[in-house]
Amino acid sequence: MANLNINGEQKSFDAPDDMPLLWVLRDILGMTGTKFGCGVALCGACTVHIDGKAVRSCLLPVSAVSGRAITTIEGVGTTPVGAKVQKAWLDLEVIQCGYCQSGQIMSAAALLASTPTPDDSDIDAAMAGNICRCGTYVRVREAIKHAASERQT
Amino acid sequence: MKLADNMLVAASPANKPSGLSRRSLLAGAFAGGFMFAFQLPVRAANEPTQPPDTTEGKFAPNAFIRIDTTGKTTLVMPQVEMGQGIYTAIAMILAEELDADYAQITLEHAPPSDKLYGNPIFIIQATGGSTSVRAFWKPLRNAGATARAMLVQAAAEQWQVEPASCTASNGQVMHTASGRKLSYGELCDAAGKLTPPKEVALKDPKDFSVIGKPLKRFDTPDKVNGKTIYGIDAMVPGMAFATLAQCPVFGGKLAKVDDRAAKKIPGVRQIVVLDDLVAVVGDHMWAAKSGLEALDITWDEGPNAKISSKDIWAHLRTASETDGVIAKSVGDIAKGLATGERIDASYEMPFLAHATMEPLNCTVHFKGDSCEVWTGTQIMSRVQSEAAKAAGLPIDKVTVNQHMIGGGFGRRLEPDMVVAAVRIAKQVNGPVKVVWTREEDIQHDIYRPVYRDNISATLSNGKVVGFKYKIAGSAVIARWLPPAFQKGIDIDAIDSAADQPYDFPHFQCEYVRVEPPAVPTGFWRGVGPNNNVFAIESFMDELARKAGKDPVVFRRELLGKAPRMLAALNLAAEKANWGQPLPARVGRGVSIQPTFDTSIATVVEAEVDSQGEIRLRQVNVAVDTGIAVNPDTIVAQIEGGIVFGLTAALYGDITIEKGRVQQSNFHDYRMLRIDQMPKINVHLIKSGEAPGGIGECGVIGGPPALRNAIYAATGVALRRMPIDRDAIAERKKS
Repeated sequence: MANLNINGEQKSFDAPDDMPLLWVLRDILGMTGTKFGCGVALCGACTVHIDGKAVRSCLLPVSAVSGRAITTIEGVGTTPVGAKVQKAWLDLEVIQCGYCQSGQIMSAAALLASTPTPDDSDIDAAMAGNICRCGTYVRVREAIKHAASERQT
Repeated sequence: MKLADNMLVAASPANKPSGLSRRSLLAGAFAGGFMFAFQLPVRAANEPTQPPDTTEGKFAPNAFIRIDTTGKTTLVMPQVEMGQGIYTAIAMILAEELDADYAQITLEHAPPSDKLYGNPIFIIQATGGSTSVRAFWKPLRNAGATARAMLVQAAAEQWQVEPASCTASNGQVMHTASGRKLSYGELCDAAGKLTPPKEVALKDPKDFSVIGKPLKRFDTPDKVNGKTIYGIDAMVPGMAFATLAQCPVFGGKLAKVDDRAAKKIPGVRQIVVLDDLVAVVGDHMWAAKSGLEALDITWDEGPNAKISSKDIWAHLRTASETDGVIAKSVGDIAKGLATGERIDASYEMPFLAHATMEPLNCTVHFKGDSCEVWTGTQIMSRVQSEAAKAAGLPIDKVTVNQHMIGGGFGRRLEPDMVVAAVRIAKQVNGPVKVVWTREEDIQHDIYRPVYRDNISATLSNGKVVGFKYKIAGSAVIARWLPPAFQKGIDIDAIDSAADQPYDFPHFQCEYVRVEPPAVPTGFWRGVGPNNNVFAIESFMDELARKAGKDPVVFRRELLGKAPRMLAALNLAAEKANWGQPLPARVGRGVSIQPTFDTSIATVVEAEVDSQGEIRLRQVNVAVDTGIAVNPDTIVAQIEGGIVFGLTAALYGDITIEKGRVQQSNFHDYRMLRIDQMPKINVHLIKSGEAPGGIGECGVIGGPPALRNAIYAATGVALRRMPIDRDAIAERKKS
């Protein structure tokens, strides 16, 4: 029986040690907001926070995150940074199909938590691992800056 | 106008055909005088019987609108939402003429029905080809206006006044003189008893209160918190999870499989062996995936095992030299090509995969005498009929639950993933979700075809005399919508080529149908015009250089009969500072496109470094799409389309070796990322013309404009996509 702290709640379940967190979230816990995109950490759709840092959950064995604080897209809105990122995403109407946006929002929230006023190169470094096939990158960048400016007011 | 936060799109599997009236359905769609090239006298073949009207307590004047006694207004979406913002645009069009109360609107996916929800351009229920707003503009306005007229009449009868003395707004009818008011909810019972009027007056566009205003999208609030349920997120009680391996060689079969190791993996429940694929069913995707990797599969590779890209190109190049079917002829092409200096060139486009972010998936519960399907599809009714065929059941025994789509781009205009999932589910006891790995998704796509275009033109005194354009490539339409393939001409393959914005004195467009061996071909966002606009606009730059003219000036001189295109060209050039000096190895390139009733001009500014790597600096796009229903969505579609198109120009190349696709995931089928992004400025041109298409359009202009920027920066005339870095690198001194 494995035990994880997800969005501040303790979750218990049976899973093989090597099972990636992505599939635990989606298929065992029914938390489908975290997305499968490539399975090899190339696209960022599966991004979650482990102790506040953006991590790709598709290659992350569940045994490696026991006792760590896991935040997913379902819970990120309860953090001040996460809520501001979500609001900025809606204010600037970033989203198209939305499938990659859970991952984009998680990467952006982790960036702003560590770098409250990121410049373009900070944004490039933090967000280049997140592919958006709809091509919302222009607005992702603007929304991160928008969220950053809201933080200071 | 601000929308209520609680407006949710009903994405539950509960959207069964109920409460829908067939009385007026799309009568207006067919009688409305649509004059699109695609419109065909096709009737839906396997149309299931619709349930009888059950409109008690509900006002359901047509298939799109239902109002209940509380005033809750349900708008049924005939087109699917895959990011293009169509749910919001459709709701805006309906609500504009209905004068609905936005706070009370709920959106619902349409159930499968060609009769009720068939796209007036394709006839079948399909979302694609930048048709949604163009095709449904009139029918939806009629639907909204009809409902409004009935509600007004119901109120007028109750008050015993003339309907003309009443107005409607925000979900209420008001008698102007007395100030009396009744809500739509209060009126719905009475309105439901009225006969819909045969003709209704539509609003004058100058009176639009919603259309033309940038409205917040209905679908996005649930997309920032993980609540939106895409097909891949469908959760059915008791479901198992499966993933599959199909024969890597197109058309190959399974020879044998050793599943002993796979069966030992914890969580693996079952191995499903079919003639062309193997699926592993497990407690979760991880078990299924691990099980699949543990299988020892031997494939019978079949007749395509020796085919490579080299063979496919040799086949296409040879075929492209044959005479094509004439799709359009203006003047006398033989005379035109005999006058002046002649220039010939050929352009080639690669196979492309769709790589939707949501990998292919489909959940199926096969129950013996019925079958239920959960997926996100661009072809609701066809999925139902294909699932029925695969299940061996009558159509009305198959329920399809539509979902939000995590990227369509044409891939979900095909039912192959549903058919495979049904075949697997027939072997499984209980519901099963089948999810493709990214590798299976890329290696078993239905690919954008390879094309080769041969162009010949003549110049005399710097002016074009003759222009002959011959397309050689797959006829996707012939497979996908056979009745539309007539006289050997694929209307998609010639789109934006046969009908020229340029005023060429002697012009001919020909089409040679060439199906690539082994590789299945389908629609890919931007469709036929991707190929045609690339070839023609690349060639226009080569002609301009021969003529000693600036590329914008050269085009401008030929656009005398296309004022909207000319205006777009002038605007894009102005915004891009066309003609202003640039550093060495930096260039600007232009392209224009008459696509989907929208006139677009694109200018790309790019730098080519000494190694041939490209830095995108800036993109300016001028767009005249007629009335812009939701202007911000249009800007977003163009921005995103530019990324989609430039991704293909920079990286897109599916190649074949030994009958199989060589690429497999995002490391070798690369995508443009945020750190490579140029600035993108989209400039909308105000217009009162009927709305044009948008979703496909943004993809098309980037590649030729980038190609022409590279031509300006380096002098190298690229004639193939994707961009060959070696060809544009500076020659190194040895």
